[in-house]
Formats: sequence, structure tokens, C-alpha cells
Amino acid sequence: MTKTPNDIRRRLLGALAAAPLLGPAMARAQPQPARPAARAIPSSGETIPLVGLGSWITFNVGDDRAARDASTEVMRAFFQAGGRLIDSSPMYGSAQDVIGYGLKKLGRPADLFAADKVWISGSGEGRAQMERSRRLWDIPRFDLMQVHNLLSWQTHLPTLFSMKAAGQLRYVGITTSHGRRHDELEKIMASRPLDFVQLTYNLVDREAEQRLLPLARERGIAVIVNRPFQQGALLDRLGRRPLPPWAAEIDCTSWAQFALKFIISHPAVTCAIPATTRVDHVRENLGAAAGRLPDQAMRARMAALVARL
Amino acid sequence: MSEWWTYSLRDLLLFSPRTYYRQFELYNLEWWPLQLVALALGIAVLALWRRGGERAGRAIAAILALCWLWVAWAFHGQRYASINLAAGYFAWAFVAQALLLLWFGGVRRRLTPASAPRVQVRAGLGLLLFAVLIFPLVAPLQGRNWTQAEVFGMAPDPTALATLGVLLLAGARPAWALYPIPAAWCLISGATLWTMDAPDFAVVPLAALLAVGLAAAARLEQAGAAQPGR
Ligand SMILES: NC(=O)c1ccc[n+]([C@@H]2O[C@H](COP(=O)([O-])OP(=O)(O)OC[C@H]3O[C@@H](n4cnc5c(N)ncnc54)[C@H](OP(=O)(O)O)[C@@H]3O)[C@@H](O)[C@H]2O)c1
Repeated sequence: MTKTPNDIRRRLLGALAAAPLLGPAMARAQPQPARPAARAIPSSGETIPLVGLGSWITFNVGDDRAARDASTEVMRAFFQAGGRLIDSSPMYGSAQDVIGYGLKKLGRPADLFAADKVWISGSGEGRAQMERSRRLWDIPRFDLMQVHNLLSWQTHLPTLFSMKAAGQLRYVGITTSHGRRHDELEKIMASRPLDFVQLTYNLVDREAEQRLLPLARERGIAVIVNRPFQQGALLDRLGRRPLPPWAAEIDCTSWAQFALKFIISHPAVTCAIPATTRVDHVRENLGAAAGRLPDQAMRARMAALVARL
Repeated sequence: MSEWWTYSLRDLLLFSPRTYYRQFELYNLEWWPLQLVALALGIAVLALWRRGGERAGRAIAAILALCWLWVAWAFHGQRYASINLAAGYFAWAFVAQALLLLWFGGVRRRLTPASAPRVQVRAGLGLLLFAVLIFPLVAPLQGRNWTQAEVFGMAPDPTALATLGVLLLAGARPAWALYPIPAAWCLISGATLWTMDAPDFAVVPLAALLAVGLAAAARLEQAGAAQPGR
């Protein structure tokens, strides 16, 4: 793969994280939090950080200026903490527009990895919808375009592959959530040259472990994980108990990090995409991609604990 | 949507409660002091009902139609559509209700205040008063800012409830065509509030069911009275 200026910049940023090598004065002036670890997209070898950013509900704030600015601050903190992948869909109300607003205000961060979806029936309609989405984000092209919830995938996948071949997008994917239509998804994963698949996987919704995650590894398909916190419900439940002391062994300081580390430590997972309206939460979430990750034994311990709660 | 039956209402909710209520705040700030005009129109409906007569009925129909048109354009079209993909459809339904009000109330004179069973009159008046005078207080009563108040003639819920109240006050022979859209809106609004875990989610749908139930009961009673042999 050829190196883009982005790759080079990321490497420099990575080197910056190795602050002790720099002069002590400079390290003190610019305290850098640890950068999130990254994993390779199997089809290209390009790496992306293990934690991204969702936008369902959280970024659908309409034309409310104050709320748009607040969303922008979440994005600013996301990029500052080393985040790259933002996920949206035309199904998310004004979220795409709000992302476009934020990106413009942030001076179009070069690190952005833009992931959107096509959610409509019909090939022509699909192309028109993707073009509308691109204008809303106000970017030259999407990095990743996914078929939302398998809707009209037979129609859209050929379009997406031809757009990829023409350089109009970089990766092709397909999404589902809540464990829906896994059988059909499995067939598509087995038969089409997908770059990405997006599905629900978390401490309690673990059906994907059975077939989809192993298949993704086998077929070299990157995996984006949605609903890492069950839209917040999981954290509400876990939050009533104290975090176990042994969570410190994997550098967890909160239940959110506990939940995320469980997901991203699965070897098939490329990136989890929690959504948030809060700057402190986005930092905490990216923090889950830094530090130690659980091994097999620890993952089993984590799942067992949550199953008991 | 494929496999739609696997989706719960919560999966379809697009926005947070904070964003939802904020729409009313932005809307109110944008149009202040139109709320005072709307309040005056609500009180005018009450006064016209007290006065009675065909002209009053037509004036009530015109006021209500104006309010439904306004909510369609200013609320659903200009405001709610920014966060809800379905708001465009709501706007068209509200336009349809305005036209129905003009036809049945203005042309066919079916909104003329008329005698009806006492319980129906009381419920109609209660709904109208609740929609015009009490509904704007719901936001502050729940600890939200008064700028989020939902005002008759501007916000959809009190407009639909007041319309149902007027229908009950228009006599024992209901103009059935005027019920479905306000009643359906009340159910949609209740469902939206329910998915957001709002404590008051049941108020508007229950009020609508009460209105429809009373209208149906009065109609049945009337039908029974018309057949003395049975
Ligand atoms: N079919 C599909 O393609 C599909 C389906 C579902 C989701 N998705 C994608 O996946 C993304 C994530 O899923 P989701 O939004 O449904 O749910 P989620 O990310 O599991 O949960 C979001 C909720 O978690 C809370 N939260 C986030 N970080 C937190 C932290 N550190 N501490 C405490 N609470 C925290 C947020 O509240 P605060 O705002 O208070 O932080 C928010 O309410 C979506 O936004 C969307 O982009 C795709």
C-alpha cells in the first residue's frame, strides 16, 4: 500500500506519544494521553483505531446551534484523543448534517475515516442518496460505504463495488444490528468480497461469536461493532455495582472501558463505535483502546461477572 | 423496512428527550409573542361556543383550520422535520385535517355548538379548557423551562385535544371524519413520549380515547332512543 500524507502524519503522532524520547521540557509542556491502539483492515493493511464514534440519536440535534456546537466539541475531543472512524446514516435524521457542520468547524481533520450507509430501495435512488450524504458531510468521498441493515443489498452491493473500483469510495461494507438476519449476513460474507461488516456485539449480546466473527477472520473482513453499550442500557445496569478491583489489571477505570475492552479484545473486531453526547465520555471511550487488553482468560472472567449481575 | 416486526418503537426513536423538548423551546423563542395571539384564539373558541349559533360554528372551524395549517407548516415542516424523518407526513396529515375542518365545519356547518348529553358537554369543555389553559403549564410543572411550553394553536398536542373538545361540544351527531387525524396524532404523540420514558406519556392518548369513546356512546344512545320499540 502506498503511504498517504495521513499515514505519515499518524506515524508522527504515534512517535510523539513516545514522549520520553523527546526533551523533558517539551514532554512537560504537552502532556499527551496514550494514543489508542489500532488494528489493520484485512483487505488493505491500513490501520484504524480500535474505538470510533457512532452518531445515532446523539448527533440528531436538528438546527439547534448550541447542540451542534456541543456535538462539534465531542468530535474535537474524539480527534484530539486519536480517534478516526465516525459512523452515520441517512436514517439518523440530521446527524450527517451535524457531522458536516462539526468537520467544517474543526478545519476538516485530516485523520477522519468517514463511514456512512445507504438506506433506500433502488439503485438510482441509492446513488442519489449517497451523493446527498456526501454533500451533507461535505467531504470529497467516503472511506467506507455500508448497506444499512441489509436493505436492498442485492441492488446496492454491485453499485458500491463499482464505485470502489472507480475510486469514489475506498471500502465496501454491510450492516446489521440487534442480532437480526445473521443467517443472511453470513451468506453474503461468504460470497461477496466485502471489506467491512458491522454488527452488534457486547458483553451480553454475544451471538456473533458463534459464526460471524470467526467467518470475518477467515474471510479477511474488518468488523465494526455497534451498540457496544446496548444504547446505554448495559452501562445503566452495570453502573449500579462497583467496578471489580481486578479491572485495574487491564487498565480499566470505568464500566464503559470494561465493556469496550471486552469487545475490542476479540481478535476479529476492528473497531467499536460507541455514540456519546459528552466530551468526557468520548475521552473515556478512546481511553479503552489504550493500555492493556484482556486475554482469553480475562475475557471469560469479564463475561462471567456480567452474566452474574 | 424489512423484518419490521422485529423492531420495537424504541428502535425507531431518532432523538433524545432533550433534543425533542428543545424543539419546543427553539420554536417558541422563534415565534414569540405569537403565543399570545394563539392563546387569544383559544379563548375566542371558548367564547364562540358560549355564544352558539351557526356563524359561531363556522368561525370556530375557521380558527381551528388556521391552527392546524400553522402547526403543519411552522412546527412539523419547519421545526420537527429537522429531527424526525416522519414529520413531513405529519405535516400533510395536519393540512388534510385543516381542509376537513373547513369542509365539515365551514361549509357543512357540522361544528355548530349544539345540545349533547351532559357528560359529553362536560368532557368537551374540560378538554378545551385543558388544552388551552393547562397544557402550556405541563413543561414547567415537570421542572422543564417554561420556554418549552406547548401552546394551543402552535404545538400539535394541545391543538389536537382542543379540536376533539370542540367536536364533543358540537352535538350528539358527530362529524366522524374529523376524529381520525386528531385521535391518531394523540396516539403517535403518546407513543413518542413513551419511548422517551416521559412520565406523562399516557395523558394525551387517554384524553383522545375518552373523546372518541364518549362520542361513540352518545351516538349509540341516540340510535337506541330513535328505536323506541326495542
Ligand atoms: N444497523 C446499524 O447500522 C446500526 C444499528 C445500531 C447502531 N449503529 C451505530 O452504532 C453506534 C453505537 O450504537 P448506539 O448509539 O445504538 O448505542 P451505544 O453506543 O451502545 O450507546 C450509546 C449510549 O451510551 C452512552 N455512553 C457513551 N459513552 C459512555 C460512557 N463512557 N459512559 C457512560 N455512558 C456512555 C451515551 O450517553 P451519553 O451521551 O450520556 O454519553 C449513549 O446514550 C450508533 O450511534 C450507530 O452509529 C448502527
